[in-house]
Amino acid sequence: MGRAELPLHAPGTQTDKGYIGQSVPRPGAQRLLQGRGAFVDDLRFPRLAHAVFFRSPYAHARIKALGLEKARSAPGVIGVFDGRAVAEYCKPWVGVLAHLKGIKSPPQHAIAIERACWQGEAVAAVVAETRAQAEDAAALIEAEWQELPVVVDMEAALRGDAVIHEELKDNICFKREHDTGGVDEAFAKADVVVEETYHFGRHTGVCLEGRSILADYNAAEHSLTVYHSTQAPHMMQDIFARHLGIPEGSVRVIAKDVGGSYGIKVHVYPDEMATAALSVMLRRPVKFIADRLESFATDIHAREHRVKISIAVSRAGEILAFDLDDLTAIGPYSVYPRTSGIEGNQVVNLTGGPYRHQKYRARMHVVFTNKNVTCQYRAVGHPIAVALTEAIVDKAAAQLGMDPAEFRRKNLIPDDAYPYTFPSGIKFEKLSHHKCIDLLLQLMKYEELRKEQQDLRAKNIFRGIGLAAMIEVTNPSPAFYGVGGARISAQDGATLRLEPSGMVTVLCGVTEQGQGTDAIFAQIAASAVGVTLDKVRVITGDTGVTPYGGGTWASRGAGIGGEAVLLAGRALRANVLEIASQILKTGKEELEVKDNQVVNRLTREAKLPLEELGRIAHFRPDTLPVDFQAELTVTRHYTPRQYGFTFTNGIQASLVEVDVDTGFVKLLKHWCVEDAGTVVNPMLVDEQIRGGVVQGIGAALYEECLYGPDGQLLNGSMADYLVPMSGEMPDIVCAHVETPTRQSQLGAKGVGEAGTAGAPGAVMNAINDALAPLGARVATMPFTPQRVLQALGKVG
Amino acid sequence: MEHALDIALTVNGAQVSRRVEPRQHLVDFLREDLGLTGSHVGCEHGVCGACTVRVNGEIVRGCLMLAVQANGCRVETVEGLSDSRELAGLQKAFHERNALQCGFCTPGMLMAAQDLVRRKGKLSRAEIRNHLSGNYCRCTGYQAIVDAVEEALDGQG
Repeated sequence: MGRAELPLHAPGTQTDKGYIGQSVPRPGAQRLLQGRGAFVDDLRFPRLAHAVFFRSPYAHARIKALGLEKARSAPGVIGVFDGRAVAEYCKPWVGVLAHLKGIKSPPQHAIAIERACWQGEAVAAVVAETRAQAEDAAALIEAEWQELPVVVDMEAALRGDAVIHEELKDNICFKREHDTGGVDEAFAKADVVVEETYHFGRHTGVCLEGRSILADYNAAEHSLTVYHSTQAPHMMQDIFARHLGIPEGSVRVIAKDVGGSYGIKVHVYPDEMATAALSVMLRRPVKFIADRLESFATDIHAREHRVKISIAVSRAGEILAFDLDDLTAIGPYSVYPRTSGIEGNQVVNLTGGPYRHQKYRARMHVVFTNKNVTCQYRAVGHPIAVALTEAIVDKAAAQLGMDPAEFRRKNLIPDDAYPYTFPSGIKFEKLSHHKCIDLLLQLMKYEELRKEQQDLRAKNIFRGIGLAAMIEVTNPSPAFYGVGGARISAQDGATLRLEPSGMVTVLCGVTEQGQGTDAIFAQIAASAVGVTLDKVRVITGDTGVTPYGGGTWASRGAGIGGEAVLLAGRALRANVLEIASQILKTGKEELEVKDNQVVNRLTREAKLPLEELGRIAHFRPDTLPVDFQAELTVTRHYTPRQYGFTFTNGIQASLVEVDVDTGFVKLLKHWCVEDAGTVVNPMLVDEQIRGGVVQGIGAALYEECLYGPDGQLLNGSMADYLVPMSGEMPDIVCAHVETPTRQSQLGAKGVGEAGTAGAPGAVMNAINDALAPLGARVATMPFTPQRVLQALGKVG
Repeated sequence: MEHALDIALTVNGAQVSRRVEPRQHLVDFLREDLGLTGSHVGCEHGVCGACTVRVNGEIVRGCLMLAVQANGCRVETVEGLSDSRELAGLQKAFHERNALQCGFCTPGMLMAAQDLVRRKGKLSRAEIRNHLSGNYCRCTGYQAIVDAVEEALDGQG
């Protein structure tokens, strides 16, 4: 089909990319700007009932008795249920994957039966006519508890002083060892060996819209429609179907507007499963909206790692080996269906990732504790892997007296070394570390900043510059979840339809949570079909109408969903030309679609508006040859296969000023150079990076879910858990290198998590650079003023 | 509803009379009783700013004010200020600069930003950042919001 059928990145061609690469605003943003979105809590249903949950006040306790009678007789109450009652309608689950060898976790119920394993675990559900009535009634539940030994510290969990799940024998959910061999030899011959232990605090996503679900069971059809604030509607369709015993085809999951997700809304939550079960039990729509306190206590948390890392380096500054020991705690259950073993696994896979050493050893333990569960949250493992790699690299460079930028240039994998297999076994198709660092240093005026830093130090102003090179997993193949037995789709499909009016409707399994999926699909579809952007409408987030797909996670929307849209768009255009050829009685090779018209390929003369083609194909097919059927709806799917993952790369820099009297860190500026492959919409890509960077900064400076020794969450409100606000955030400069992936026609690699992956490491290095002249160093995130002052020896 | 109270107020220019429970927040009243779901409930303890509405010309947290306290007041929400086109300049700048992603914070953010626009006058980026620092946005990282507000402030001459 001529030039446009080549990959968009085909070498030596000048492909017309249409809207691809243009910063067009998101059409779907208009309704959100007017407060006319449709978040789950905005929906109105007849006979809607409201669920609230009675939650364990203890981190680990046996339920001796649960008195529900007073709650049952409270005004407006429709039903009050314990775990056994709900279990009759909802089967328990186990969060393990076959390819994470040895991972174990006990069965988990929608509502705890007999025992609560973290403070906040639901032990009863109240359903009432209004939420206020349900909350009033929940306060009347009388529970009698027997407190059990609490495991909060992960070292104690590993030792197994007390075992949370007796049937599992110990508290180890998963462990992994990786060894290329030759590590001890590399360390023995190294000129410099540097070791440090880093601590990463537990934090969480703090989606502004709490988890939200409205389940509407139709008893006549034995069907269930779930309005769900989720990233993965098809995954949830499968799970509701299997665990509630409803045929898959009778479960429809609809994700309308989603008020932030970042990985928080891609997991199975017991209270949400219970809500769906309650709808079945009560044969009416039931809604549950997590309030802010519930969100802190029960939305998945993430991170909480203690990592010891050593690096072996030659005098010339060549990295010889890394040796790593990671311990991470995940709460009492491995989360279903993705498991809580993935973050630690990623740390093992990715540590040292940008560099060309060949010797690598890693040991990792994932342990159970009596805190809220942890699981995959934006950038999964990357912030840990990047921060500890980059911190130890800086420390080694300092020991050698080398500039950190120079040290990185020496060790980054050369841009011409691809394809490249990293010592952890992962494969890189094509990365651009050197192009990225060159661009970054030029953009930030690195030399000038270093000079300014020196000048200011003379005035007792302590500024620091921190670099963090990174790699990021995107576009996972079935190797991520499917091979482990999880029914999570690695492929996505797109359906494109030419309407009678000549407009194009796009339906895709990838979902929109504000990152701009709908906008980039419109850009890709318009470009592939040959229509203007105003002619395209995009529908996502409804298992009843879109092709099957994985949804939104692991930065897969553009790379996988976008490719499916591109392929479907090209197929639709081919069909349009077939029809035009019949109508115009002209060879289709002489025709092309451009700006809503069929045109002559050579003369560009307009031959037939798509509006007219649509009219004929839909309403007057009698005028077409009798053996010709117009096909104006096409579907195409895409699965990445050649590599386990696509990898992106990039590098970030942070400029900070540390107030050595108060311990406050002021963020002055931040830079990010990212290679996300083909950039579909530069503005949206930059905004993904900026938002991600700020989430990473939150982890570095402010955010931590603090637990007391009794397993009580100490800061479960927005007044106590600090998040980045506009006043403290710096401006963030973004720039791009484009190395398209050759696996797809579109070449997009993905960008949703890069900012979060690299920012904590860059900020950590900047703080330590600022503190270096004072002989102080921090290694425990978040870097609160107290911790900075402790490092300076100013407070105990 | 045995302790319910009657209230009468103006919401987006229309007279409204309802019987409400004394404990009901203003934002719950707007959302549940009037169906004005543009104002969002993000934290219910006055930190996130998603429920920001205007009462008698001043922006307030809809979760920190009771519906009964709004008796006799003039309340304006994002729906009203969209229809009156008062927010049009900001909305255009937010749209063009992608100063929103999921859009959950956006109505509150616009109400807070419009409070600046109404005061007129050139402000530094730091001043804009400080004014908006009571409105939490998890998606954008704030820079595009500051850009958009700056543009709207410049645009009013």
